[in-house]
Amino acid sequence: MIAELGLAALWLAAALAGLQLLFAVRAVRGDPEGSGVRAIAVVQGLLAAIAFTMLILLFLATDLSVELVAANSHTAKPWLYKLAGAWGNHEGSMLLWVTVLALAGALVAIVERNLPERTLVATLGAQAAIALGFYAFLLIASNPFERLSLAPAEGQGLNPLLQDPGLAFHPPTLYFGYVGMSVAFSFAVGALITRDVGAAFARAMRPWVLMSWIFLTLGITAGSYWAYYELGWGGWWFWDPVENASLMPWLAATALLHSVAVLATRDALRAWTIMLAVVAFSMSMVGTFLVRSGILTSVHAFAVDPQRGAFILGLLVLYIGGALALFGWRIGSVREGARFDPVSREGALVANNLLLSAILGIVLVGTLYPLGVEAVTGEKLSVGPPYFNSTAGPLALILVAIMAAGPLLKWRRDEWRALIDRLALPVLILALALAAMLLLAGPTGILPLLGLTLAAGVAAAALAPLWGRNLRRTPMFTWGMAIAHFGIAVALAGMAFESAYTKETLVAARPGETHRVGPWAVTFQGVEPVAGPNWTAVEARLTANRGGAPIALAPQARTFPTPLTETSEAAIATRWNGQLYTVLGNRDASGRWQLRLWWKPFVTLIWFGGCLIALGGLLSLFGRARRAKRVRLREAYA
Amino acid sequence: MKPKNQRLVLALLALVAIIGAGFLALAGLRDNAALFRTPAELAANPVEPGRDIRLGGMVAANSIREASDGVTIDFIVEEGEARVPVRFTGIAPDLFRESSGVVAEGAFDRRGTFIAHTILAKHDENYMPPQMADMETRDERLQRTLER
Repeated sequence: MIAELGLAALWLAAALAGLQLLFAVRAVRGDPEGSGVRAIAVVQGLLAAIAFTMLILLFLATDLSVELVAANSHTAKPWLYKLAGAWGNHEGSMLLWVTVLALAGALVAIVERNLPERTLVATLGAQAAIALGFYAFLLIASNPFERLSLAPAEGQGLNPLLQDPGLAFHPPTLYFGYVGMSVAFSFAVGALITRDVGAAFARAMRPWVLMSWIFLTLGITAGSYWAYYELGWGGWWFWDPVENASLMPWLAATALLHSVAVLATRDALRAWTIMLAVVAFSMSMVGTFLVRSGILTSVHAFAVDPQRGAFILGLLVLYIGGALALFGWRIGSVREGARFDPVSREGALVANNLLLSAILGIVLVGTLYPLGVEAVTGEKLSVGPPYFNSTAGPLALILVAIMAAGPLLKWRRDEWRALIDRLALPVLILALALAAMLLLAGPTGILPLLGLTLAAGVAAAALAPLWGRNLRRTPMFTWGMAIAHFGIAVALAGMAFESAYTKETLVAARPGETHRVGPWAVTFQGVEPVAGPNWTAVEARLTANRGGAPIALAPQARTFPTPLTETSEAAIATRWNGQLYTVLGNRDASGRWQLRLWWKPFVTLIWFGGCLIALGGLLSLFGRARRAKRVRLREAYA
Repeated sequence: MKPKNQRLVLALLALVAIIGAGFLALAGLRDNAALFRTPAELAANPVEPGRDIRLGGMVAANSIREASDGVTIDFIVEEGEARVPVRFTGIAPDLFRESSGVVAEGAFDRRGTFIAHTILAKHDENYMPPQMADMETRDERLQRTLER
């Protein structure tokens, strides 16, 4: 019964999306007031939410007569993973996608009051058009509520690699990010249809871009930490296509975030902002396509079904092609925005946008190249870290340097000389950091050295906009910018430390032996068998010592019976100045156990920086909302 | 710069950035894209030492030798008659076994031994590197022919 209710709600939501599109088209041509499009959007959001709630109920009850539950769940799973199982598979995650999309549309319909009504209705129409494609995809090619004629006695379980509390919330976080981009895209389409591209449009779009960017930042940070501790390879970023699928929308969203600020504040960069909104949404569609079509066979790709891949590719081409066509057709008639001097805040933001776009292009080419080459010539190749580090790395360093200078420039027009004065202190700190590195830390690679000194200078420059201000009266969004930029410097420092000063020891050890890694002496006590709720494992007992109280670590090699899988659970000890990372390997013929030990100084700064960046975004979001409210109140009283 | 042309200048800058990125990407790909090769392909067309490739094939039966340090293994990757000696230092994946498929990432040294820095084996029944999925189907085809 629950499954049928869910399916009915899904069909109704799809029908309403069709209606929403139709009414929106009519209203944009005629009278936008009282067209009912807002009300339809709200109901459509509710129906989608009901459908998704039904799916969650099915998973919580482990109703094995539903094909999706039988294929992806198991009665013996902890309840959190039963819940996460609802979106830890292809159909469920697509349903989550469209539910978030519909709810976002409903939210736009409820809260947006500043945009001209015609543009808003066009926006909701675009939103309905996107939703319609995904409803069709669910109902035709991947129905999550499909019943089995014969219910199996037991489900097949969830991929154990995905059985992790962090990962239970990783996909929803990224989807919030992707879907926020779709709202920004709908705003851009709405503005193009009514040719109403200006500051009001930018201010309506900005909170969505910010929110989506915050979620993407958190999603990438969490995903990176997950890969770091779960895969047991000691790395924090592998340039895996699936990671790139989340990085590319983030790069585009970062560019959009900055150009929308120019548009909202100075009414400049109109066409460019619209273009970026289209690109950012395209990247989130490409991300969905890469992950969901099964084109990359990896832990993330559950669907190996050509029909689905073709369907998503069709949607991708339809939406991006449509948007680009609309852009080409309409952009000529959008008036040019305000002008500015090359040396100005706008100029720096243009440089930021160009560099971000270039990095995005490089990552996109590197990610799609192997797919393209294989499709055309059948030759199989892989593009890995050497490519991405050598091409995107230097550009990213230049970008970070510009980031230090940008916020210190005035809007519209500024002087080189004034900028140099304002940068004096950060440059001094940079020079001191460089000297300290050369004197104290000994020789390292050029890139880590550059990264660390740059991080020191940029950290100082990031906080520079706060100097000489009354800190309590500084607007919250200025704090947000300073903290987000500071977070970039912190993350950069973490990356540079990790790549320059990581110590690694790989040994085969007998019980009782002690091995050194960095400042630590790690003693191997032996192994013991342990069992969890749905796995068994061999667990190593390690004691690590560097002069204080010794710490115990217990890395495991786990075996899951359903489906039969072996995974390695690293044991990590976090100290203020880094992490000790230990992995248990295999037993060799003479009874020794392989141990891999890493000492990674300040590696935690990478994710701490990521969290700071997201926090900065959050402060900006609240700051903007507060100011908008104050302006509204002032207008109401005037 | 004449303010009149600002829009044009910005568009040109964007074009330059995109084309520049394209060139950078192509140059990077020429140097860094790792080809996938099987032992038979390598026998016909050797790859110069030091160039990163992915080597895919079957681990030959009775070929895995553990070195005395306990963390280095030598083994043979074969495909039909073609054989490639491989050395790997590190923790081999749990499902790395003799007579099963493997993809090794690394480069040849001067003496013709393939020095692998990463070994990918079948992870579980759902996960395998894409190239290996193809090898699997080749095996299955072979098996079907034999059964017939």
